[in-house]
Amino acid sequence: MFLINCPFCGEREQSEFKAGGEAHIVRPKQPTELSDDEWAEYLFMRKNIKGVQFERWNHIHGCRKWFNMVRDTSNDQIKAVYKMGEKPPVK
Amino acid sequence: MSNNLRFKTSKFIDETYRVSFKFNNKTYFGFKGDTLASALLANGIHLVGRSFKYHRPRGIMTSGSEEPNAIIQLHDNSSRTEPNVRATEVEIYEGLVASSQNCWPSVNFDVGGINNLLSPILPAGFYYKTFMWPASFWEKYEYFIRKSAGLGKSPKVADPDIYEHNYIHCDVLVIGAGISGIMAAKMAAKNGFKTLLVDEKSYLGGSSIYDNSEFSKINNQLTSSWLEKEINEISKLENLEIKVRTSVAAYHGYNFLLARESLTDHLPINQRDNKVRHRLLKIRAKKVITATGSIERPLIFDNNDRPGILLSSAIKKYIDLYGVACGENNVLFTNNDTAYETAMSLIQRGIKINAIIDNREQVDSKICYEVEKNNIKIYKGFSVVDTYGYRRINKISIMKLSKDGQTVIGDKTKLNCDCLGLSGGWTPAVHLFTQSGGKLKFREEDQVFIPDVYPSDQISIGSCNGDFGLEEIVKNTLSSTKKFLNIDNSEYNTVEIISVLSQSKRNIWLLPSDKTIGKTKSFVDYQNDATSKDIKLALREGFRSIEHVKRYTTTGMGTDQGKLGNMHALGIISETAGTKMGEHGTTTFRPPYTPLTFGTIVGRNVGEFFDIFRRTPIHDWHVKNNAEFENVGQWKRAWYYPKENENMHQAVQRESKAARDSAGILDASTLGKIDIQGTDASEFLNRVYTNAWSKLAVGKCRYGLMLNEDGMVYDDGVTTRLGENHYIMTTTTGGAANVLGKLEDYLQTEWPELDVYLSSLTDHYATISVCGPNSKKIVSKVIPDLDFSDEKFPHMSFKNAKIGNIKCRIMRISFTGEQSYEINIQASFGKSVWEKCMDAGKDFNITPYGTETMHLLRAEKGFIIVGQDTDATLTPIDLQMDWIVSKKKYDFIGKRSLYRSDTIREDRKQLVGLLTENPEEVLEEGAQIVSDVKKSPIEMLGHVTSSYYSPNLKKSIALGVLKSGKNMLGQKLIIPMENKNINVIVADPVFLDKEGKRLNAKL
Repeated sequence: MFLINCPFCGEREQSEFKAGGEAHIVRPKQPTELSDDEWAEYLFMRKNIKGVQFERWNHIHGCRKWFNMVRDTSNDQIKAVYKMGEKPPVK
Repeated sequence: MSNNLRFKTSKFIDETYRVSFKFNNKTYFGFKGDTLASALLANGIHLVGRSFKYHRPRGIMTSGSEEPNAIIQLHDNSSRTEPNVRATEVEIYEGLVASSQNCWPSVNFDVGGINNLLSPILPAGFYYKTFMWPASFWEKYEYFIRKSAGLGKSPKVADPDIYEHNYIHCDVLVIGAGISGIMAAKMAAKNGFKTLLVDEKSYLGGSSIYDNSEFSKINNQLTSSWLEKEINEISKLENLEIKVRTSVAAYHGYNFLLARESLTDHLPINQRDNKVRHRLLKIRAKKVITATGSIERPLIFDNNDRPGILLSSAIKKYIDLYGVACGENNVLFTNNDTAYETAMSLIQRGIKINAIIDNREQVDSKICYEVEKNNIKIYKGFSVVDTYGYRRINKISIMKLSKDGQTVIGDKTKLNCDCLGLSGGWTPAVHLFTQSGGKLKFREEDQVFIPDVYPSDQISIGSCNGDFGLEEIVKNTLSSTKKFLNIDNSEYNTVEIISVLSQSKRNIWLLPSDKTIGKTKSFVDYQNDATSKDIKLALREGFRSIEHVKRYTTTGMGTDQGKLGNMHALGIISETAGTKMGEHGTTTFRPPYTPLTFGTIVGRNVGEFFDIFRRTPIHDWHVKNNAEFENVGQWKRAWYYPKENENMHQAVQRESKAARDSAGILDASTLGKIDIQGTDASEFLNRVYTNAWSKLAVGKCRYGLMLNEDGMVYDDGVTTRLGENHYIMTTTTGGAANVLGKLEDYLQTEWPELDVYLSSLTDHYATISVCGPNSKKIVSKVIPDLDFSDEKFPHMSFKNAKIGNIKCRIMRISFTGEQSYEINIQASFGKSVWEKCMDAGKDFNITPYGTETMHLLRAEKGFIIVGQDTDATLTPIDLQMDWIVSKKKYDFIGKRSLYRSDTIREDRKQLVGLLTENPEEVLEEGAQIVSDVKKSPIEMLGHVTSSYYSPNLKKSIALGVLKSGKNMLGQKLIIPMENKNINVIVADPVFLDKEGKRLNAKL
C-alpha cells in the first residue's frame, strides 16, 4: 500500500485515496466539432504504460482535492505529486 | 514405547508441569514448553497424517512453520476447531485435542491408501486429463472430486473468539529474532530508533539459542549463553518493543507489512474467553530489517517421505530445545556439514547414530573428524537409494555415487534405522523480501537465491541473506546494520567468533536411483504428493514456464507453499530442460507466509459491524411501526410496513392503494442532497445536466438527468433554485457520493474557472414526502401559516416555511404522479415532524409506505429508477426521454456521445412498457424477452427491468428494455420461463394518468 504525499495534506495511506486514471487529458472545448474518431480518442483511449506514468488521484477520504502524480508503474515508485493546473515535472 | 526418548537436559521444558492432551482420541502427556510435535515424538509417535493424493503415511518432518506433513485438525467438532494446523507450531496446553486429517477410518489404517497402489495411473494432471469427457459428466465427477479434495474440516458453527486489527508505526521493524535479528534490534534501539522486533516463535533467539556446541563460540562463550545475555539486555531497552508468536504474513510496497500476533492459542481453552485471540498488526515501518533465517533442504530420493524421516536440523532442535530424541537408532544423510552438528548433539546425549551417509567424497572439516572420532561410520560419496517400513522407517539402502553424481554404482548396502535425518543445505527464507518486490540473484557456489535489488528502505541480514556460517552472520549483520542505520560505533565491533564448520556442499537436486524414474517416488512437494517424476512428465508434455509446471503438478501449492521443495523443483526443471538455474526465476511467493485464519483477516468486522450502515433520523419510528428494511447502498430504508399477518405483497398493495386513494407518507431522507452555490451555479448545472437551467426562476424546481461522458444515464433527481446563485440538487440514494465526486472532479479539473462551491447536505436534512389527493390538507394542518393553494404553490415549486420555530423547505414535487409535498427539515426534528404529519393525516388514513410501494407507484407512471431500469448502456434517447435533452445547449457532459454512430443506432435496447396477456400474471424482473422460442439458439431481445401488480390499475405492469422497442408498440412477445411461456404486449411505459391530471387533482 502506497504512502501518498497529498499536496494539500501531506503523507497519508493509500486507502484514503482514489485513483482517477491518466492525467493531462483535456476535455475538448468544442466537442461538437469533433468527428466520432476524435471524440472516441478523448473518451476511451488511455495509455496504461509500464513505466513512468502521469496519473490523476483524489484524496477522497481527506481534503477531497484532485491532484496529479507521477508514478513508475513497473515498481510503484511515486516520483512526484503536484496540484491540478501545475506543470508536470520533467521526466 | 520406551521412556528414554526424553532427555532431561533442556531448560526450555518445564518438567515440573505435566500437560495432558489427546491425539486421535488417546491421552498422552507432555511438558509445558513442548509443541504438539515434540510431545508426540517424546511419546514415540511419528505417524500423524496421510498425504493428500496417495494417502501415504506421513510423519513430523520439521520443527517449524515450514512443516508440510504434520498438519492436524485441532478440537474437531467444536466451535474452535481449526484445520491444517502445523503440529510443529502448536504449543501444548492442558486439554488440547488434536486429530489426524485426510484418513479414514484411522491414520494407521486408511482406506484411501489404495491410491498409493493406483499411483501409476494417477500422474500429474490426472484430473485434467481424466475428467474431460464426456463434458456433460463433469457435474457427476465433481461431487466425488470435491469430496476427496481438501485436507481438514472447516468449522461448522460461529467462531467464539475475538480478533482485532492494530496499526503500528515504527522507525525500524526487525523480522525474526534469531542471532542477527537480536543484534540488529539492539543496535537500532540503542541508537534512538523506535524499534519493533517480531518473531513467529514463542521464544527469542532462533536456532542459536540452543546452540551449545563447543565448535561455535562467541567471545569464548557458548553461542547460547552469549545470546541469552543479549536477549536479557534488549528486553530492558525502552525504545524496543518485542512481540513473540507474531508471524509476518505479508510485506507490501512502501514498507507496509501485515503480521499476525497470536495471543491465546497457547492457553487452555477455558482461559480464552473474552480475550483477543489474534491481532492483525498493520505495520508501517520507515525501515525494515529482514532476518527471517533459512530453511533446511531435504534431499530428493526414492521413498523420502516415510514417518521417521526428518530434517537433520529438526532432529537437533528436538533434542537440544525440547530434550526429545526422534529415534533410538539414527542415520543422517547429508551433502554438507550441518548434519554433523546434529550428530554432535546426539553423541553428547549418548543417542545411537548408526551411520552418516554423505554425498561428498571429501569430508574434512574439524567437526566431521570429531564425529568420526566417536566411532561413527561415515559413508563418503554415498547416497540413500531407498527406504523401507510402512508406518515408520526401519531400513534404508545406500549405494555409491558416481563421480558426476548422475548415477549410483556398486553394491547396495542395507542399514537399519528408526530415524533418518536429511540435510540438503539451506535455503534462505526470502519469501517476505520477494513479496516486497525485491529481486533475487542466484549464487552458483552453493545454489541459493539471495536478495539482490531492494525496492524499499530495507535490508536482509543473517542466513536469509545467504550468510550461513556463524562468523559471516555476526560480521555481516554488524556491518550491514551499521551502514543501513548510519551508525558509527557498536559494542559488536570487537566480537570474536570461533566456528569450525566448512561451507562445502555437494548439491544434487534429484539423487540418482538404481531404478528407472518411473518406478520411484521421490517427493519434491510432500504436502501435495508431487514427485520428481511428475515434474519430469510435465516437462516432457511441453510445459516450460515454472509457473505452468507449478500449476500442472501442484508443486508448491499446498498450505506450506512448498517451503521445503520449491528449490528442488526448480533444480530438477533446469537440469531436465538443460537450462541454467536462475534463468527461470522462481515462482511467486504470495502472502500470507503462513496461513491466516479468516477471523484474523476480518477482525472486528463481524456481525453488526460487518459493514457500516446508515439510519435516517426517522429510523426508530419505522422500527416501532413494524417496518421491514432493505439495504440501499449503506442505508437501511423502510421497505414496507406489514400490518398483522400481511405478507409483503399484501402490505405493498394496501400501501399503494392508500397513497392514490387518499394519502401516503414516505421517508425520503436518504436521497442525496448537494448544496450548490456560486455566481456560476446556473452555468455549472447547464454543463452537468442534459436540460437547460439558466431560465429556471428562483423558487422553482426542475427534474434533471445527468449523463456520463459516454452519453449513458448516470443519475437523476430534482434540483431547486433557492436563490439567484444557490441551488439544492437531489440525487439518487445510492448515487449521492459518486455524483458529488463527479461534480467535484469536473469543477477542480476541467472547469476550475467556474465560481461554484459544493457541499453534501444529505445527513443534515430529514426529508418527508406526503403524497396523495389529500396531501395538501395534511401539510396545511402541519404548517397552517403557509398558503398551499395551487396558484401560490404550484407543482414544481418550493417555499421556505417554519414548523414552530424551526425553518424548513417545502418542495412540491412528485415521484408518484400524485400531488405531493416534500418537507425538508433539520435532521434532529425529522422524527417529530413525521409524527406531526401522521397525526394530521389520521383522518385521511395517512399510510406510511416503504421503498417497494414507492417503486410500484413510480412504475405506474413509467418513471425510471437509475440503476434498476438503466444499467450504464442506456442513453436518454433509449429511455424515450428525448424531451429532457436540450437541443439548444452547445455542450453538456455526454452530449457529443449522443450522436456517435453506435448511440444513434435504431436497434438499440430501448425502454418500453410490458403488459401481460393475462393481467393477473406478474413477470419476474430480469426475465428475458424473446419473439420466437422455437429458434435455436433463442434470440434475446431484451429483459424485464421492473415488474409489479398494480392495485390501482388492477393488472400486472412491467418495464423492460427491448431491441428497437420504440417501434414495437402493440407487438406480441414472449417471456420464456422455466415451466411456461408468458405472452406479453409491448406498451407505452406510462400506464397511469399520462396527462398528469392527478398532480393537481382535488377531492
